[in-house]
Amino acid sequence: MISTATPLSTTPGIHTRNLNLWYGSFQALKEVALDIKPGIVTALIGPSGCGKTTLLRCFNRINERYGNVRTTGEIAVLGKNIYDADVSLSELRKAVGMVFQRPNPLPISIRENVLFGVRVHVKRGAYGRGELDAMVESALRDVQLWDDVKDKLKKNALHLSLEQQQKLCIARLLPLKPRVILMDEPCSALDAEGIERIELLLQELRKRFTILIVTHNMAQARRAADECIYMLLGRIVEHDATMKIFHNPREKETEMYVTGRYG
Amino acid sequence: MSLHLQRELERLKKHLLSLCAVVEDHVHKAVRSLLDRDPRLADEVERGDDDVDRREIEVEEDCLKILALYQPVAIDLRTIVAVMKINNDLERIGDLAVNISRKAAAFIAEPAAEIPIDLELMWEKAQGMLRDSVNSLIDMKVELAKDVCRRDAEVDRMKHDNRKAIEDLICNNPALVRPLMRILAVSRNLERIADCATNIAEDVIYIVEGKIVRHHEE
Repeated sequence: MISTATPLSTTPGIHTRNLNLWYGSFQALKEVALDIKPGIVTALIGPSGCGKTTLLRCFNRINERYGNVRTTGEIAVLGKNIYDADVSLSELRKAVGMVFQRPNPLPISIRENVLFGVRVHVKRGAYGRGELDAMVESALRDVQLWDDVKDKLKKNALHLSLEQQQKLCIARLLPLKPRVILMDEPCSALDAEGIERIELLLQELRKRFTILIVTHNMAQARRAADECIYMLLGRIVEHDATMKIFHNPREKETEMYVTGRYG
Repeated sequence: MSLHLQRELERLKKHLLSLCAVVEDHVHKAVRSLLDRDPRLADEVERGDDDVDRREIEVEEDCLKILALYQPVAIDLRTIVAVMKINNDLERIGDLAVNISRKAAAFIAEPAAEIPIDLELMWEKAQGMLRDSVNSLIDMKVELAKDVCRRDAEVDRMKHDNRKAIEDLICNNPALVRPLMRILAVSRNLERIADCATNIAEDVIYIVEGKIVRHHEE
């Protein structure tokens, strides 16, 4: 299983080699080889349909939920091959949390949303009420939501604003102590202020996790990511520090994309 | 969005190149005024400097507008940063042309004295560097820009040799100290023009390669 206790080290957060993926006969990922560093925010950028979301979904194996998907090659999360027989999907998804484009809180209370993962993954009665309360507070504090919701924890989460809902969706990953957080355009449903606050939150969270974010918003990649990966037609074109990608990219294709001449 | 930016960048380049043309013309006139003893040319340079200053501001405003409205990245960002510096260098060259024209006017106004050093040759070298630095900018030619950087040493050496020659002449002919000092100043200004051309060439290398090559001996 993927340990949730090993400290962040020089082991890449996510490592892939010869990763290929087909939807039926269409090849969506081609020979992807990446070493994504732990403890930083990495942005996946590229035009629509280039495979960003497909790649992101490989890392917690939710692609497999769709029929006719075939994957070959290596994927390791924190040094552990996620296709090994001793890795259960449930363990993998505990270690690799995911946040989606549209906030998707469950239509239950704020408190129960935060505890949902624990309820699924941990045997009933393993934690006392006090421990669960502490978990809820800590997760909501980590996403800077505690002060807004501490007096209405029993309220239905659907009453929160979109920004608060998205923060809640991040918060509910935290009690499971994930090592990697995957975000698929997490700000696309939010207004400018919401975007800014989620980006600030990323800065706070990044040291503790490997954060991988898919974004169409170049300005967001510049502001929020330490490194960027530019993808085109299922291939990795360039992976480098954000400063390098936006100041002096190595590849002409990257330059064409970031300057808005292509894509 | 990108098309707008492309259009703005084209406009910026056009403004910068017309500033280049004006400045080149001023240096040419300033030097010709001295070599041909033509005070009208010196006067034209002096009066034309306001135009250089106005164009410099125009280019700077274009740059600020692009930065503020388009937040350019990669090649576009490097272009804007380099254009702002090249703009400064061109304005400086304009000032050096004015310096030369003033020395020329003063030199011509005094009893005719010989020009004891080969300013024509030095001018050719400096002018060639300036022209090539501008051409390297127009065509984004790194090799030409690197060639300009290499040629700077030659002009430096000429300035050095000129200074020694003029010092010797002054020692032997103290009565000629004033005209000789003016000629020495022109030599120094031409060397500064070559330096500015080198700066421009270095900025072209930066635009194309993203490398800062200043202060690095080859």
